[in-house]
Amino acid sequence: MPVDWSPLWLSLRYAALATLFSLVAGLPLAWLLTAREFPGRELLDAVANLPLVLPPAVLAYYLLSALGRWPLAFHWHAAVVVSTIYTLPLLMRMSRAGLAEVDHSLENAARSLGAGEWRVFWRITWPLAWRALIAAILAGFARSFADFGITAIVAGGATDAAQTATLLVLIAAAALAALYIGNRLRRGQVLA
Amino acid sequence: MIQVRLAASALEVEFQAASGITALYGPAGAGKTMILDAVAGFVTPQSGRIILDDEILFDAVSHVNLPSGRRHCGYVSRHWALFPHMSLHDNLLFPLASLRRLERHRRVKEMLERFALQEAAARRPHAVLPAERLRATVARALIGEPKLLLVDEPAGGLDMALRVELCNTLRMVRDETELPVLLATRDLDICFELAGNLLLLDRGRILQSGPPRKVQDQPASVEAARLLGIPNLFPAEIVALDPGRNTSLLRLESFELTGPYFPGRLRGDRVWLCVEASALRVSPHDGSKPQTNQVPARLERASDLPQSVRLEFAGAIVAEIPRQEFARQKDNKEWLVEFPPEALRVVARDAAENL
Repeated sequence: MPVDWSPLWLSLRYAALATLFSLVAGLPLAWLLTAREFPGRELLDAVANLPLVLPPAVLAYYLLSALGRWPLAFHWHAAVVVSTIYTLPLLMRMSRAGLAEVDHSLENAARSLGAGEWRVFWRITWPLAWRALIAAILAGFARSFADFGITAIVAGGATDAAQTATLLVLIAAAALAALYIGNRLRRGQVLA
Repeated sequence: MIQVRLAASALEVEFQAASGITALYGPAGAGKTMILDAVAGFVTPQSGRIILDDEILFDAVSHVNLPSGRRHCGYVSRHWALFPHMSLHDNLLFPLASLRRLERHRRVKEMLERFALQEAAARRPHAVLPAERLRATVARALIGEPKLLLVDEPAGGLDMALRVELCNTLRMVRDETELPVLLATRDLDICFELAGNLLLLDRGRILQSGPPRKVQDQPASVEAARLLGIPNLFPAEIVALDPGRNTSLLRLESFELTGPYFPGRLRGDRVWLCVEASALRVSPHDGSKPQTNQVPARLERASDLPQSVRLEFAGAIVAEIPRQEFARQKDNKEWLVEFPPEALRVVARDAAENL
């Protein structure tokens, strides 16, 4: 019997979107929290990490009451939003660790040599931290992908036990691969 | 010309420095790096003002705070901070982004030559010798033609070879340019070798400033004397002063010494007596009566230094004599220590103060 791959493709697409969104929000946030001192920094840090401690049901309730007024609820957009919110803290925390590993005196040296913040990031921080940042993105993707995949299979009327099992194993394997590659990348940083 | 007035938590300093090397000397935690970082713009002090030539870099009152990149300060950090992912050549190129291509390459070539880095230029920092790393760091700090050079000695100190390299490099900078240099160091020898001016720092305050020799010869306070490594510090009282014969009489705990006239001191003043270890003369005590300013003392410990021997006597008297001189009489225990009058210095002592 042919395997129905559609849940896999679906979750691949949605996970990619969610990862992209949490990257766009998470990376600047990580940079801000690592490199800058400003009032409200601790609060922002706490808020960004909130999804880590809130039970999914509670978050879903908040989202439903917030999104319920729009026709977005129960649409796949909503799923991407939820996944983004859940991926964000993981991606941000790992990016932060990566950014913090870059010797601060290098960035200061670049600043005093006339480089603006943008140039400091692209010429100094990114080349030294890219492995850790890619690892963070992969981990975020793995989390989002597994989340979607399992939901899609279960919600998509899992009638065939064998097929469900196959897909679940595949999803776990893909997530594992993403995490493994990310870790290998990070380790490579020692040599750089 | 750099003028600095700074106040932050645990830091309050005011000084200025013209061309030549000004050493910020003091123990760890004295605020040396903090001062350099504030001048470079890496940290923002609570109040004060920093002026380089005619430009205000920082002024708390008028909220001027130029970003590091516009301060025209070359910074040699205590971590060297060469970019590890770029070759030395590209490290030197980095500050020149705003220049035309030809000019950029001309300057890099010139700098590589001046700092003898041509052969190492294509390699990354971890693949070159420490001496080359050091020279490259200084070259990179200078290539943008700053108006001030800030140098922070490595936190872990320097080994002998690197120390020589640093001195040679900075001497070259001093002699070939008009650049003011602020050098933060914990090495008093480097201060003497290079600096025209010394700022003696302790716990965020400037205890004393002036040419190194002058500061060492006449410490302004007992704290300054301690930082300068003067080991012989004794509480004393001036019991006689004679300006006519240029003499004075100091009473210490267990003996009296004749010194020169101390201008500005009064009879009855309580002072600290400071004497350099190398200024004391010692001879074996053969039982004869000690002469003026000779004090009998029992040797407690003798330790070898590279060029001399350090003798520690009972009563916390420390002398330093050449090795050969000590070798002849090293089994002797009873000594006469002579305090030459011209070597005696006094600094004020508070009533409550004691060692």
